[in-house]
Amino acid sequence: MSGISTSQYSHYHSKVARNRATSEPAWVRYLLIGTALSFLSLFLFVPLAAVFTEALRKGFDTYVTALVDPDALAAIKLTFIAAIIAVPLNLVFGVSAAWAITKFEFKGKSILITLIDLPFAVSPVIAGLIYVLIFGLQGWFGSYLVDNDIKIIFAVPGIVLATIFVTFPFVARELIPLMQAQGKDEEEAGLVLGASGWQILWRITLPNVKWGLLYGVILTNARAMGEFGAVSVVSGHIRGMTNTMPLHVEILYNEYNYAAAFAVASLLALLALVTLALKTYVEWHAAHDASLAEDASK
Amino acid sequence: MAKRKNILPGFNISLGFTLLYLSLIVLIPLSAAFIKTTEISFAEFWQIVTTPRVVASYKLTFGASFIGALINAVFGLLTAWVLVRYTFPGKKFIDALVDLPFALPTAVAGIALTAIYANNGWIGAWLEPLGVKVAFTPLGVIIALTFIGLPFVVRTVQPVLEDLEAETEEAAASLGANRLQTFTKIILPAVWPALLTGFALAFARAIGEYGSVIFIAGNMPMVSEITPLIIITKLEQYDYVGATAVAVVMLVISFILLLAINGLQWWANRNNGAER
Amino acid sequence: MSIEIRNIKKNFGQFSALNDVSLDVPSGELVALLGPSGCGKTTLLRIIAGLETPDSGNILFYGNDATERQVREREVGFVFQHYALFRHMTVFENVAFGLRVRPKQTRPNEAEIKRRVHELLNLVQLDWLADRYPPQLSGGQRQRIALARALAVEPKVLLLDEPFGALDAKVRKELRRWLRRLHDELHITSIFVTHDQEEALEVADRVVVINKGQIEQIGSPQEVYDHPVSPFVYQFLGNVNQFDSQVHNGAAKIGEISLKINAHPDTQNSPALAFVRPHDIEIYNTQHPDKVGFEAIVRYVNAVGPLVRVELERADHTELIEAELTQERFRELDLTAAQHVFIYPRNVRVFLKENHATA
Repeated sequence: MSGISTSQYSHYHSKVARNRATSEPAWVRYLLIGTALSFLSLFLFVPLAAVFTEALRKGFDTYVTALVDPDALAAIKLTFIAAIIAVPLNLVFGVSAAWAITKFEFKGKSILITLIDLPFAVSPVIAGLIYVLIFGLQGWFGSYLVDNDIKIIFAVPGIVLATIFVTFPFVARELIPLMQAQGKDEEEAGLVLGASGWQILWRITLPNVKWGLLYGVILTNARAMGEFGAVSVVSGHIRGMTNTMPLHVEILYNEYNYAAAFAVASLLALLALVTLALKTYVEWHAAHDASLAEDASK
Repeated sequence: MAKRKNILPGFNISLGFTLLYLSLIVLIPLSAAFIKTTEISFAEFWQIVTTPRVVASYKLTFGASFIGALINAVFGLLTAWVLVRYTFPGKKFIDALVDLPFALPTAVAGIALTAIYANNGWIGAWLEPLGVKVAFTPLGVIIALTFIGLPFVVRTVQPVLEDLEAETEEAAASLGANRLQTFTKIILPAVWPALLTGFALAFARAIGEYGSVIFIAGNMPMVSEITPLIIITKLEQYDYVGATAVAVVMLVISFILLLAINGLQWWANRNNGAER
Repeated sequence: MSIEIRNIKKNFGQFSALNDVSLDVPSGELVALLGPSGCGKTTLLRIIAGLETPDSGNILFYGNDATERQVREREVGFVFQHYALFRHMTVFENVAFGLRVRPKQTRPNEAEIKRRVHELLNLVQLDWLADRYPPQLSGGQRQRIALARALAVEPKVLLLDEPFGALDAKVRKELRRWLRRLHDELHITSIFVTHDQEEALEVADRVVVINKGQIEQIGSPQEVYDHPVSPFVYQFLGNVNQFDSQVHNGAAKIGEISLKINAHPDTQNSPALAFVRPHDIEIYNTQHPDKVGFEAIVRYVNAVGPLVRVELERADHTELIEAELTQERFRELDLTAAQHVFIYPRNVRVFLKENHATA
């Protein structure tokens, strides 16, 4: 997933007007545009349209009924709880890791960066599995947890942990390249002017990376609310108790209650669209700021 | 005399918290998987991870992931090219929508794709008379893995294409190269590292994918059962050792891929010049 | 004595950035650290500011050891090479920053902050920019805002890292004269780093020439320009012609000729480098009866500007010699390319190779 961070601050227009020597004949252009759009329609538009069509197939009443069902509401609530815990924790971690990595030199830094990326490389199913191995009945702390009547696996804490794992790197991955590019001049200037560490962080560093930070939070939130595989392993699928929205979609779907499944899915699809809109807005702002700085430095 | 080596404050606390959090959330839990496998001998381990059903799942997972990533390499490069070089109505909207597979929960993608490609679905109904079955076959797995890997190639190639200087292409043209020659000899070599990185990212993501695949795959043992599903099945049968053994195989492969991707990105950055 | 630098050493890995540097900066002086890039001058400046820690050695401010003092307690003003203005704050907020981050008991109230900031913005003549953001300013304006920001905390010492390095030639000239005037007004002890000898010689009270982590020479601009103590300083400050020579009994032998020098009377047949500034090369159309010099051929003439630059080739050696002469003298001689002339070096300075191995 780290690939996306590279594109976010580039401006989406060619720098130089193209002339005949560096452009293609019109028919080639139209052919290429046509092919690309067909591919994207097939893989992006059609699935998106299908979600909303299927959701409303049995009419609007059925749609609303599916959403106000107590189990659906419980799933929505749990999804928000998981996100509300996972996002701030990973935000604090991301800022802390980016501060250590970009403002100081130390041995093993590149290993640390690779380790932070690890959760991207791990299958969500395995992310769930490892927590079962630790907190499950037969796990490391299994008997201790049973004795003290603490439930982690097949309960909310497990779901939160799995969510934290799969969204672990997002904020750090956004901030590290950004803060690396900005260097430490401004922080040093703050230091010479008498600012303390916290003052430098709050008044200089964070305002400077606010768009990257927001971008990371948006991605973290989207993934936290939409995670399926990892949460599926640790949830236990207890209706109204340990089901998040994606898991609720699965249950309804497997019960052949397609209209209800797609109704809940359409909420998640809306969330995805809002995420994309916010992301585009943030990218636009970041690019705007960057180009301002670039113009002035010429 | 104790020297202050770091001038900016907060090194100990930020690195300390980073390492603690990383250990608690990622490193210790991951190590649990490797420690779990020490409960069995290597022969037993090998026997578990090489049963025909598991091997069939590797073939499907890696094969479909590879084909999906390949499709994305071709169409992702095309999409990036079109988005960077041409103007057309709705371009900004399309550009934003490319990230949909990142944003859309995988379960939603899974049921949507299944609905489309089922034999009564929008596309499935057209393919049915032609004798092409997508849903509940390995073909469906490829479709799902193509979907979730779609943004990777576009988003790694796009910035490189944007940074390409028009002058080098003009130089090629002035030296007598035609457009196709300019593309294959000038542009393609420049985006090659990024393209390969995007391919590897899409491939790595596809290998571990679960949510979007299980709905469309049909999950028939030996035919359309992916490796992550094998892990889940073993877990549901309380076969923790078996599940962990297969998971360890996947983890090792994922780590190797992660290192390869890091290497590729290092190579790509070097090729793009050191001016940044 | 306001700043004393005592035996500072600093290594980056294998690279020795500063090798036993000692320096005194008297109160109220404007001192230039001059040297080629990578010579260690910026490292020294950052060590004084506390932004780097030396491996060994001490820094004393007004006689008190400040080596272990935190950056924020040093009361220094630092102007960064690329200004390091806070890009998300207005010009006003940038200048006010140092006051706003003070602990509550010493922090001025809002009215006082406002007054001080406007006073400083007036001082740098940019009060009308108070509400702009740094990216909207020109390079010269940013430079002056950076200076105002550094002065806001009333530093005891002002440190400037290549203050004019990122500006174009015209703005550079204006700003350095302005900085000199400002310093004459404020009299704050100041150190600036530069690789531009013209800048150092024009602005500074004293110039510290640094090479390869060591101080080569300290002196007034006049001293270091007129009496360089080493081949490096000679070459680094202004154009110079360099000759291989032999020193023997108070004379330097260059090629076939022997020039009297006022040094090394007892040295016998010792290899040396001889230096002559281009304006110390006299040119005649005919051989001068009383002077010792070379026969040479004019290779190239550039008569643009107040001084005419002439490139000459010695008859006995292929090496090119550069000379500068006035337009008046140039018209008298009526020089053109390929013309045969006679050249006479004045003020030859000789350095024995055995004493200056690295030159």
